[in-house]
Amino acid sequence: MENEETILSVKDLVIRYETDDGLVRAVNGVSFDLKRGETLGLVGETGAGKTTTALGLMRLVPDPPGRIVSGQIVLQGRDLAKLSEERMRLVRGNEVSMIFQDPMTSLNPVMKVGDQIGEVVRKHRKVSRLEAEKIAARMLETVGIPRERMNDYPHQFSGGMKQRVVIAIALACRPSLIIADEPTTALDVTIQAQVLELMRDLRDQYRTSMLLITHDLGVVAEICDKVAIMYAGLIMESGSLSDIYRHTAHPYTKGLFGSLPSMNTREKRLHPIHGLMPDPTDLPPGCPFAPRCSRATEKCSQELPVLRELSPGHLVRCIHMDEEA
Amino acid sequence: MELLAVKELKKYFKTPRGTLHAVDGVSFTIDEGRTLGVVGESGCGKSTLGRVLVKLLPATSGEVLWRGKPILYGKPSPQLRREMQMIFQDPFSSLNPRMTVGETIAEPMEIHHMFPSRRETEAEVAKLMDTVGLASRFVNSYPHELDGGRRQRIGIARALSLNPSFIVCDEPVSALDVSIQAQILNLMQDLQEERGLTYLFITHDLSVVRHISTAIMVMYLGMMVEKAPCEELFAHTLHPYTRALLAAIPRPVVPDGPVHHELLRGEISSPIDPKPGCRFAARCPYAKDICFHQTPVLREVRAEHFVACHKVEEEVNGKA
Repeated sequence: MENEETILSVKDLVIRYETDDGLVRAVNGVSFDLKRGETLGLVGETGAGKTTTALGLMRLVPDPPGRIVSGQIVLQGRDLAKLSEERMRLVRGNEVSMIFQDPMTSLNPVMKVGDQIGEVVRKHRKVSRLEAEKIAARMLETVGIPRERMNDYPHQFSGGMKQRVVIAIALACRPSLIIADEPTTALDVTIQAQVLELMRDLRDQYRTSMLLITHDLGVVAEICDKVAIMYAGLIMESGSLSDIYRHTAHPYTKGLFGSLPSMNTREKRLHPIHGLMPDPTDLPPGCPFAPRCSRATEKCSQELPVLRELSPGHLVRCIHMDEEA
Repeated sequence: MELLAVKELKKYFKTPRGTLHAVDGVSFTIDEGRTLGVVGESGCGKSTLGRVLVKLLPATSGEVLWRGKPILYGKPSPQLRREMQMIFQDPFSSLNPRMTVGETIAEPMEIHHMFPSRRETEAEVAKLMDTVGLASRFVNSYPHELDGGRRQRIGIARALSLNPSFIVCDEPVSALDVSIQAQILNLMQDLQEERGLTYLFITHDLSVVRHISTAIMVMYLGMMVEKAPCEELFAHTLHPYTRALLAAIPRPVVPDGPVHHELLRGEISSPIDPKPGCRFAARCPYAKDICFHQTPVLREVRAEHFVACHKVEEEVNGKA
């Protein structure tokens, strides 16, 4: 994938919510690139800013109270952060699509699934109703649902099937980028495996780039090429799958792996990260992970470490990496 | 020592479309101080099983022996109520939003008149909060002010308040982030060691169940399909459903080659008026004629390892 063109380039994205409880610093300078056909896994725990980042890329951060304060979101040469809402509507569902966590709430309950797929197509392509219907039927079959079910309503489908419908809608206009926010979290494992396989096949077939947001390091290993670990609105470590899984560098990433019960060996005790994620209205000075970090020194809580390249493509935000190098 | 013996337990629900077989003839025993993990996907009956055991739901038929005495029918004694407690999945909806942390933990003790004075109850609340790792400054906080991990600690403190010997834990860590999940799992293990607690640990997560259980039972559509001691189940997985479940788990390791899974096709079928035959047959890659019309019986195929599967039985008989 080295020679592929860059589809998406996010630079220094900062997103904040102005609430009665104070200024919520949700995303604090996130940068990454995505090439054609590549999948980046954005990993983190609740409140790390993953979903806000995704909504930011789609320009769907509720405003007020949310606001993209600064940064660039360059999709195929165009900065989405600067587009008018009107122009942005032509981008959503067409060039960028989103798959949400909960298929139960992301479909319209009173609209036939075939019509819901056709709607996106008619919105972005100049096609007749009949043509849109044909495309919808084809998309349904692509995601493994017989076309006879075109006229069924969402409640007639199981959770896994609903998520397939959502994927069909997302892919209907062949977008260059798909943002999937915890797409399989609400599903049972055997159904999750089916949906992940479908996503992987379609991504490879259409050469779509994908940003996969998840808290599940297992899902990332199944489907992603690159990983970025987020904490308190910052990318703490990023790199290839092998960089993150085999050469884990950041203490937070190590903590995440240590918290997972192993499937292969049985350990007496887990090694959790102590404490809690900091309050985004009251972030600690310096490294946000310092209060929970076993390696933290005085310097850690004084200045925010920058992302440094440990090996080509493997970036780590931790001052202790310099000492080791 | 055997704390709980469950025999042919059934729980059916009448629905407009027919009888829903939520738990359909499940038998097992749990020894004191051990953890039985119950695994299965949505709709397999694992939560219903837990609720019937702590008598939150009346059973349809079967027998449950508590320290050798039948307890399934009739009103439970206050003593039994104290001995059996439950920790619920969702710490966001299982706590009363209008009660403070202190009130929530004190309530069961007040109902059961554990202490003669309020001061003693309050002292016990403080002790319990310390036990589960909740800072005493939260005693007057309301649940909405706390994060999921702390809320689950309240649920645990409340369950512990009556000094139970048996706790049904229904997906207690599923709603939590991994780093918090690990904290709660460690806490639950510590409490078990200190107090000799017995757990029925219900979850859909095989890695969690492996970590915490002494024995594991796998359920599919109301029936137990496989049960074995923890390490035995993972070393010699026999039932095709258990194998599929294990294969479907995404593992946090970099795959060596291209990822390929033996995927389970289809979805769980309806638990309403199920036909005779193996309930997994429709999705089973090995299903034969017999699987579709004869229900397989649970048999001990290795020491303490029970499986309900025609194929496994055939293989065992073939070897003998």
